[in-house]
Amino acid sequence: MATVHFTRALERFLDAPSATVEGATLGEALAAVFAGRPVLRGYVLDDQGALRRHVAVFINGSLVRDRERLTDPVGRDDEIHVFQALSGG
Amino acid sequence: MADRLHVGTRKGLFELARGPGGWDIVDAHFLGDPVSAVLAGEDGSLLAALDLGHFGAKLWRRDAAGAWSELAAPAFPPKPEDATDDPHPWTLGRIWSLQPGGVPGRIWAGSMPGGLFRSDDGGTTWQLNEPLWRMPDRKRWMGVAGGEQPGISAVLVDPGNPDRLRLGVSTAGVWATDDGGDSWSVINHGMRNNYMPPGQEGDPIAQDIHQMAQCAAHPEILWCQHHNGVFRSEDAGANWREVTAIRPSNFGFAVVAHPRDPGTAWFVPADKDERRYAPAGRVVVARTRNGGASFEVLDRGLPQRHAYDLVWRHALAVDATGERLAFGSTSGGLWVSEDGGDGWSAPEARLPPVACVRFADAWAGA
Repeated sequence: MATVHFTRALERFLDAPSATVEGATLGEALAAVFAGRPVLRGYVLDDQGALRRHVAVFINGSLVRDRERLTDPVGRDDEIHVFQALSGG
Repeated sequence: MADRLHVGTRKGLFELARGPGGWDIVDAHFLGDPVSAVLAGEDGSLLAALDLGHFGAKLWRRDAAGAWSELAAPAFPPKPEDATDDPHPWTLGRIWSLQPGGVPGRIWAGSMPGGLFRSDDGGTTWQLNEPLWRMPDRKRWMGVAGGEQPGISAVLVDPGNPDRLRLGVSTAGVWATDDGGDSWSVINHGMRNNYMPPGQEGDPIAQDIHQMAQCAAHPEILWCQHHNGVFRSEDAGANWREVTAIRPSNFGFAVVAHPRDPGTAWFVPADKDERRYAPAGRVVVARTRNGGASFEVLDRGLPQRHAYDLVWRHALAVDATGERLAFGSTSGGLWVSEDGGDGWSAPEARLPPVACVRFADAWAGA
């Protein structure tokens, strides 16, 4: 079971508490979270299911590689962090 | 006359009301977030489109009782595997225009990257207009300066026929449907784009429609602030005549049409086109009352010294009477007129850059 943590910057718009979910890939883990929170999906992924351009995701501290299909593997007890990629002013 | 005004800015939505002492900000929403479009409903509701830099385009609605809730934003279908020659993304970039559809509950949303969406339930659910999106010519649409995607800047709905729409696209000309969106064609002739290669200046699909406005009482009359000048159509966008009398400049973004008088329209000219600020540092509004034959340059109450404001395409508004106007600028200026533009006053505020300004009676045809 991996745990997914979301940036607190989302709190202005909706609840996004950490969640411990099943999933062998990033896509599967996120899908498990979004199944219970469908609105949250659109904050993290675009219409085609890719990571939004200014969203960064880390698995155990490493930036994920496949931002389009979300195939990066996720292991037991992994920590996934969904952050905003800071930009603008 | 509309007594309420909504101003969408780079950092929030501001609500102004007209009281005994004039216009004042009475509420602020979404502070810190870019607001790209706003539409007040006939039922007292309010739609606000957010353009969140990190988290995408969002849509919120305030009900008549004052409670905000997030709606499912318009979304594109899965991009087909063989659509590799489509230069534009199949994902919502920005909701750029929200327009009442002329029948109860119907709203049109124009977007970047060029999708047109329709809701028939006041914005709760949305459907992409597939005929426009899947049209091969859409791949020729070009991105907007300042963004990489084409955008539907104007959705004009014929007040007498809700199936008759005219879209102003930046950059793809004027697109028309007379059957509610089942079929579309690019219809504009008479415009010219000076930054196309020789021989292609008049290509209808190459025209950069900064903004387009319609006279509600005479819907065949359209006005356009184009990248390369001002144009007017008397046949609902099929043929355009350049309005060369515009002054002090033929460049700008915003235009609004008088709701009843087909000869009257307002523009906010800017220095063209690489500079993009108020000509000579003076903020002025250009008004014609004779179909563009001549213009008055209106400056009473507007800053006339070291003012470098630019007014974007959705940041000039007229109410349903044609008497009240308002506009906001990239420098956060906001001005309101009660007399058709003769004089202007500035509510007490230093706003973030203004993206859109709209009176609460937009559904009434202005």
